[in-house]
Amino acid sequence: MKIDLENLTIRKAHEHLLKGDFSAVELSEVYLKNIEAHNKNINAYLEVFDDVATQAKETQKIIENKKGTILTGIPIAVKDNILIQRKRASSASKILEGYTATYDATVIKKLKSAGAVFLGRTNMDEFAMGGSTENSAFGPTKNPHDVSRVPGGSSGGSAAALAMDGALAALGSDTGGSIRQPAAFCGLVGLKPTYGAVSRYGLMAMASSLDQIGPFGKTVEDAEILFNAIKGHDPMDSTSVPDEIAKRNNEVSIKMTIGVPKDILDSPGIDALVLKNFNEEIAKLKGKGYSIKEISLPHAHFALSVYYIIMPAEASTNLARFDGVRYGLSKKGGTPFDDYAKTRGEGFGREVRRRILLGTYVLSSGYYDAYYNKAWSLRNLIGKDFEHAFNEVDIIATPTTPTPAFKIGEKNNDPLAMYLADVFTVPANLIGIPALSIPSGTVDRDGKKLPLGLQLMAPHFREDILFSVGKSIF
Amino acid sequence: MIEKKDIEKLARLSRIEVSEEEKNILLKDMESILDYVSQIKEASSGIPPKEAGELRNVMREDKNPHEKGMYTKEIMNEVPDKENGYVKVKQIL
Repeated sequence: MKIDLENLTIRKAHEHLLKGDFSAVELSEVYLKNIEAHNKNINAYLEVFDDVATQAKETQKIIENKKGTILTGIPIAVKDNILIQRKRASSASKILEGYTATYDATVIKKLKSAGAVFLGRTNMDEFAMGGSTENSAFGPTKNPHDVSRVPGGSSGGSAAALAMDGALAALGSDTGGSIRQPAAFCGLVGLKPTYGAVSRYGLMAMASSLDQIGPFGKTVEDAEILFNAIKGHDPMDSTSVPDEIAKRNNEVSIKMTIGVPKDILDSPGIDALVLKNFNEEIAKLKGKGYSIKEISLPHAHFALSVYYIIMPAEASTNLARFDGVRYGLSKKGGTPFDDYAKTRGEGFGREVRRRILLGTYVLSSGYYDAYYNKAWSLRNLIGKDFEHAFNEVDIIATPTTPTPAFKIGEKNNDPLAMYLADVFTVPANLIGIPALSIPSGTVDRDGKKLPLGLQLMAPHFREDILFSVGKSIF
Repeated sequence: MIEKKDIEKLARLSRIEVSEEEKNILLKDMESILDYVSQIKEASSGIPPKEAGELRNVMREDKNPHEKGMYTKEIMNEVPDKENGYVKVKQIL
């Protein structure tokens, strides 16, 4: 049978594979053909793996022996900061030139045993630093909905791969919105799981107290299927949460109430059409029987500042490991100091250098208390704001982004303008709660239809509420 | 406010070679970013100090070691400069 990629979901593909309507090999071939046709223009993939056919053949055998899972034979794209053993991994950085991963990330191990087929590794902002995928050492990725615009970032390659029908689902990572924002810009569903729900073992660390791996899907159910496959406690990640603790939170009953935080929605720089779209989504939820409640998050307006102190501080520490001695790019100078400075000066791109210096600044003596410690105090206060709010509501809803996808190059020379685009997404990372972006229609810009996203946030480990509310309106 | 010599110091501390031209760009960028995040200084001074949260050590039993050398070859393959199974670095003393 002819494979209808546009309307294909994981469940539909799974049923067709079981019935033998097409094989895992045929399915992966259709995706490879599509990648061949579009990737040159979109630049979603940095590498398409040369063993896709072998992987697909093996999963087809599992399907025929009726030993598979729902993900067996499903073609998936993987962000370039997640390690797959014996495959290149670069975080879209020159400093990892020639690096081959020596082990599997836990999420990869889980997906391998579920039988997923890995198509390739996707473009991203270097070390996940950015919101447009323009900070890649390998050129920007373009938005399949309008190639003059960014796909969002930092997981822009994964989002674009899915939006151009170059994969059926994808993995990204989210430190301040890096899954949800590209999902919104590309018309997809994206989940940032609860901090500790998914193992970070084998994910290149950017800001360790904020990073989470999460799924992209075309539907809420697809994101849910992928999340269920990758979640769970992992002894290799000391911040991953034991399963019994994760489960305990699920016993709280649902109030069917959605909170709308006036404090964040009043932030400057929010597109009028985005607000209009958001209000229409809220009306839709009301129509589904949810009651809507205005809530107050009095410290939420500090979230962006707090984020842009804590994130570079942690990144500057994490990225100290790239020294040119044990792996990746290695440049030589006169002294050992010169070796480091040359390797890191040439290997890191401009945004990465900027954030490392910024992080070094806020951690240096004399500024540590004023910036880093103060930011942490405020981070706790923002957490308390959300805790209070969740006593009254099940979900807090905001737009995912303040604007639709912007033009390539538009914010390139103004890092602060780029940072402000994260206003709705960073709070969930600071607090560690799960947040889902679902498509909420489109706006017209220059004759193109640009997707928008609705963000839903729930208490820790309540991804189940996100999925059920998400499915009710999308 | 931040000055060019601060940028030079930060670059030195973080072991990153930065060109003269980029120092000026970084100065301008960092000024505007620091100006924005300094908003947190306006937060009332009465806020509680940083909390450590429920810190706990995550330990594992010191047992079940993996077979000696089973990862060595793949890891050493990534080393840019090596000799006789050792990572080679410049003399530091």
